[in-house]
Amino acid sequence: MAITRDEVAHLARLARLALRDDELDHFATQLDVILGAVARVAEVAADDIRPTSHSVPLTNVFRPDEVRPSLDPVASLAGAPAAEDGRFRVPRILEEEA
Amino acid sequence: MTDLTRLTAAETARVVRDGEASAVDVAQAHLDRIAAVDERVHAFLHVDIEGALGAARAVDERRAAGDDLGPLAGVPLALKDVFTMAGVPTTCGSKILEGWRPPYDATVTRRLKDAGLVILGKTNMDEFAMGSSTENSAYGPTRNPWDLDRIPGGSGGGSSASLAAFMAPLAIGTDTGGSIRQPAAVTGTVGAKPTYGGVSRYGLVALASSLDQAGPCARNVLDAALLHEVIAGHDPFDSTSIDRPVPEVVAAARRGDVQGMRVGVVREFAGEGYQAGVQQRFTEAVELISSLGADVVEVSCPHFDYALAAYYLILPSECSSNLARFDAMRYGLRVGDDGTRSAEEVMSLTREAGFGDEVKRRIILGTYALSSGYYDAYYGQAQKVRTLITDDFTKAFETCDVLVSPTTPTTAFRIGERVDDPLAMYLADLCTIPSNLSGGAAMSVPCGLAPEDGLPVGLQVMAPALADDRMYRLAAAFEAAHTEAHGPILDGAPAL
Repeated sequence: MAITRDEVAHLARLARLALRDDELDHFATQLDVILGAVARVAEVAADDIRPTSHSVPLTNVFRPDEVRPSLDPVASLAGAPAAEDGRFRVPRILEEEA
Repeated sequence: MTDLTRLTAAETARVVRDGEASAVDVAQAHLDRIAAVDERVHAFLHVDIEGALGAARAVDERRAAGDDLGPLAGVPLALKDVFTMAGVPTTCGSKILEGWRPPYDATVTRRLKDAGLVILGKTNMDEFAMGSSTENSAYGPTRNPWDLDRIPGGSGGGSSASLAAFMAPLAIGTDTGGSIRQPAAVTGTVGAKPTYGGVSRYGLVALASSLDQAGPCARNVLDAALLHEVIAGHDPFDSTSIDRPVPEVVAAARRGDVQGMRVGVVREFAGEGYQAGVQQRFTEAVELISSLGADVVEVSCPHFDYALAAYYLILPSECSSNLARFDAMRYGLRVGDDGTRSAEEVMSLTREAGFGDEVKRRIILGTYALSSGYYDAYYGQAQKVRTLITDDFTKAFETCDVLVSPTTPTTAFRIGERVDDPLAMYLADLCTIPSNLSGGAAMSVPCGLAPEDGLPVGLQVMAPALADDRMYRLAAAFEAAHTEAHGPILDGAPAL
């Protein structure tokens, strides 16, 4: 068993997914099978091989720090679930004081 | 009167340029075709009737004013619903973006508009491009025009089906592990994944940023090349975009000979799991290429057998990070905001309600693979395999100009057949994934129908990074010879 139901519940919390109980069972079984299959990368990945994160070897890409046109506030807020006074309106982000 | 939906893109542009039909007539013919057949195929998530007719009118006005129209002006196109298009719904096949209208155009969208292409609408796809069948779309599957009970491939099944059903002569797809090439193969159409960085990703909703690449879909190789040159080229808005001249793919497609080309057959892409009829058509394709004057050899790429495993660690890791942007705060769905819940609770409820099963599976898998304690064993090891696969390509390209393989191990499978077995679904991308991991170019071109089921088979042609022209050259020569011997493959598709 590579991954347990409790681990899936923990990962779902980290990933901000409020999974239902039946989903936890379902995904734990499936993810166990998938992890069993992908773990074979270890068969050939020896210590002396350098990792590749990206196919194009890139260093930092710079541009001049100049003012240029961008979205105005109305367009930026047009798709927001809630907006108020020209800003995104969000649910509370701090715990309420006791 | 000519059926305007049956023309190639190059012919369509010529007809408009020469005034044999107006761009509005061409657009209307395709909108009529969509109205007649898309209820059964479901290639489109949104048809932009007003926008398409407006763009077509603008082309007609430019022609009347004597402007020089580009090579694809007035040609209708179907755009995968993963590209932003200002004011037009963009869902990525997900409920979490239902009803969202982006405030800006992707660079690809902008270049299509500037070239006078007429965007008919947005095509169906697996949710956030995760899948090989379009069954993971939150809006229901697209059906394969060859057999409505079968999948059209994925994730870009809407784009490939729109071509095969003559609803559009051109489409745009994105390819992270095969999402342009596999749909092309199973619908008898052409699809190309350019070199990574060849086409801007700005405004393309990200799945896995180090693998995603937009590319052209068409019914023939020259049309794909023409579209390739419209969308390719450096874009300062995408820092991974390559600042080099675009390979001359149109000239290569027009050249269409393979004299002296060295073609490598990848030994690892055969055997168990490959359908007999796919193997047969592939073997015949290699014989045809050889008869045209190419020098065919067998090559071994031993680490390609590990590509699928590496991919299903790298991709979930990148997508679990990319999809964190769907946080219910700035755009898209918000669920459970009743004044009592915290932002974090609303975020978790929204993502639970807005994402489908495959997206959740991959987010959890990626979160796991990136976790402290597992990172080295999974993500780190997968990145090393990526190096080994790239080295395999480098070695093979020392003796070959291009490599070939079947595009997919099987023809189109039945809707529902693999939906409960993620690993079986992942196998559809077995042959296409290596080019995404290495960043090279690759495309699929039809090579006949499998004898046992009468469904299309695709030939994959792989080229080194920045040598996209080589694959077009081979694919065009092969297409010409194959069509001469067997006729256009889509002539065999059933009337809808």
